[in-house]
Amino acid sequence: MSILAYNGGAIIAMKGKNCVAIASDKRFGIQAQTLSCNFDKIFEMGPHLYIALPGLATDTQTVQQKLKFRLNLYELRENRRIHPKAFASMVSNLLYERRFGPFFVEPVIAGLDPKTFEPFVCNLDLIGCPNIPEDFVVGGTCSEQLYGMCEALWKPDLLPDELFETISQALLNAVDRDAMSGWGARVYIIEKDKIVVKELKTRMD
Amino acid sequence: MTAVVPDIAKPGFSFENCRRNAFLAQKGYAVPKATKTGTTIVGIIYKDGVILGADTRATEDTIVSDKNCSKIHYLSDNIYCCGAGTAADTEMTTQMISSQLQLHRLNTGRVVPVITANRLLKHMLFRYQGYIGAALVLGGVDSTGPHLYCIYPHGSSDKLPFTTMGSGSLAAMAVFETRWKPDMDEEEGKKLVRDAIAAGIFNDLGSGSNVDVCVIRKNNVDYIRPFDVANVKGQKQGSYVFDKGTTAVLSTRSIPVDIEDISITPIEPESMDTSS
Amino acid sequence: MSSVVDPFNKFSYMESGSQRQHFSPYADNGGSVVAIAGEDYAIIAADTRLSSGFSIYTREQSKLFQLSEKTILGCSGCWCDTLTLTRVLDARMQMYYHEHQKLMETPAVAQMLSTMLYYKRFFPYYVSNILAGLDGEGKGCVYSYDPIGHCEKSYFRAGGSAGALLQPLLDNQIGFHNMEKVTVAPVPVEKALAILKDGFISAAERDIYTGDSILIKIITKDGIKDESFQLRKD
Repeated sequence: MSILAYNGGAIIAMKGKNCVAIASDKRFGIQAQTLSCNFDKIFEMGPHLYIALPGLATDTQTVQQKLKFRLNLYELRENRRIHPKAFASMVSNLLYERRFGPFFVEPVIAGLDPKTFEPFVCNLDLIGCPNIPEDFVVGGTCSEQLYGMCEALWKPDLLPDELFETISQALLNAVDRDAMSGWGARVYIIEKDKIVVKELKTRMD
Repeated sequence: MTAVVPDIAKPGFSFENCRRNAFLAQKGYAVPKATKTGTTIVGIIYKDGVILGADTRATEDTIVSDKNCSKIHYLSDNIYCCGAGTAADTEMTTQMISSQLQLHRLNTGRVVPVITANRLLKHMLFRYQGYIGAALVLGGVDSTGPHLYCIYPHGSSDKLPFTTMGSGSLAAMAVFETRWKPDMDEEEGKKLVRDAIAAGIFNDLGSGSNVDVCVIRKNNVDYIRPFDVANVKGQKQGSYVFDKGTTAVLSTRSIPVDIEDISITPIEPESMDTSS
Repeated sequence: MSSVVDPFNKFSYMESGSQRQHFSPYADNGGSVVAIAGEDYAIIAADTRLSSGFSIYTREQSKLFQLSEKTILGCSGCWCDTLTLTRVLDARMQMYYHEHQKLMETPAVAQMLSTMLYYKRFFPYYVSNILAGLDGEGKGCVYSYDPIGHCEKSYFRAGGSAGALLQPLLDNQIGFHNMEKVTVAPVPVEKALAILKDGFISAAERDIYTGDSILIKIITKDGIKDESFQLRKD
């Protein structure tokens, strides 16, 4: 078994029209045993910038702290908010530094440009190869299921409400076919003037 | 450590997790596979320069992780490099060499020769004994004319008039071996490169999506992306937009964002959607 | 003789004993199968790509096997096992026909397939099977199997290399899972076909072993109708 599937978890980020959404399940487990149904995998990195770190839970938290440290230094030095693309490079560099002894996380980033508010989604593999697509990214133990759902459900220019339904349905149906994820879900809809956080009702088995 | 804040990490690779990861590997948790490009990349020399080509698929095992990734990397204004192998390695290696070449150009005040890029790349790869899994096709034009190199992950390199790399290299080479000839014109060359990449896209499962082409001439470069859309996604039959309220929600929380610095924010022509 | 296989173990006093030669009897030839059953119909579809490793053997291989006028089996996995399994299955169908002077009903075929798979419990057929057809009352039914004969009856099922990509979509669109304010009703055949095709379009985008085209067979009381649908070829 891969160490990336030790704790389980599922993540999606999707682009909409002038908005992005990022969603995750809330399970924390050790292999098949569920320990917690309220484990955060999505972290705020700015008013319009969120990162999800699915993978080995200890590395999820370590990488989150290391990134927050680097981000704080960046913002102090530059005296401005980071651009999501620059943040993706920061994550990429942090992970590639450990090319030969990696952190076991596959980050997913979602955000809006601090100036133009253009949507941005991105994911990286565990050694920091960035992938910046036009539509959606997924991560975690049920990425196959998520890919299948997203490819079928996603379409361009979804409005915030539609985007919420699409990302939620994609996540819920995918995690139901994965024993390692589920047990609650949380969705962030990131718009220019507000971020809406919704807790979803899910199967708890 | 007594410092209040941790030191900023030193440049270069960090091996701090290696012991832990080796321990995990010993316990049966193998280090997971990174994204591979599973690629077809090619290059030819034609009458006025070099043409590089690449497909745009990146895979994680049998799943496509990126449908339109860019595998032709910028090294300098007159040199580009196609990468196959571990995606992060090709990306980072070309970025690092690109910055070294720029410094070299600023130091010498000359257009960097292609052979310098070749030397820097093979030194870098040789130093890491093949553990940096980058297979490269390097092409460029300098004062001595067009050059094309093929660099292997262990650091050896060939200088060739036409070359292919990646999992689709055999399919692409079959096209080159039948149709390549010296001193082709540009249109003919681009067609040949397209067909070689298409052979990889259709016959090698690790390669797919579009054809990217980069034409490097004496004084300018044409980076055409996509050069040819070899595959389009099928037209969906149904619509999958859900009605509002389809998903059961337990709780909703709204975080308003005060947008600072209104003066520098471009005003968007359409009114903002506030229907939610 | 000291070990020459492991150079780092050269000076070890451990003697290498008899060496085991590895032979892998199985191949993974990819392919995906989807089946959907309705009130009075059953649809089964499979992609037509046969591949191994990074290469394609053929772009037009049907993975659907008609066992009777009302029963079709879809197979993916190790192709040589599929061929053998379906040949033996055909023979058993014939024997049944001659012995009982009637065609085997779909539930009976389903049971027989389970038995045949379990008969090879310790050297299994490496095949993911999905059986679709009409039962004795003319209702659609789908049976899915694991390689050693576990059988499950359902109304929709995806299997093979893109099974994981397709199954949640079927759960959602055919089974109405996780949806509020919807009336759960049997899906008409046109909608089932549309969802099936869209599923395959999506799967072909992300699974390298699924593509080229799909072959669809629609089973109704009036007979079996064939349809085909093009997918991406890369």
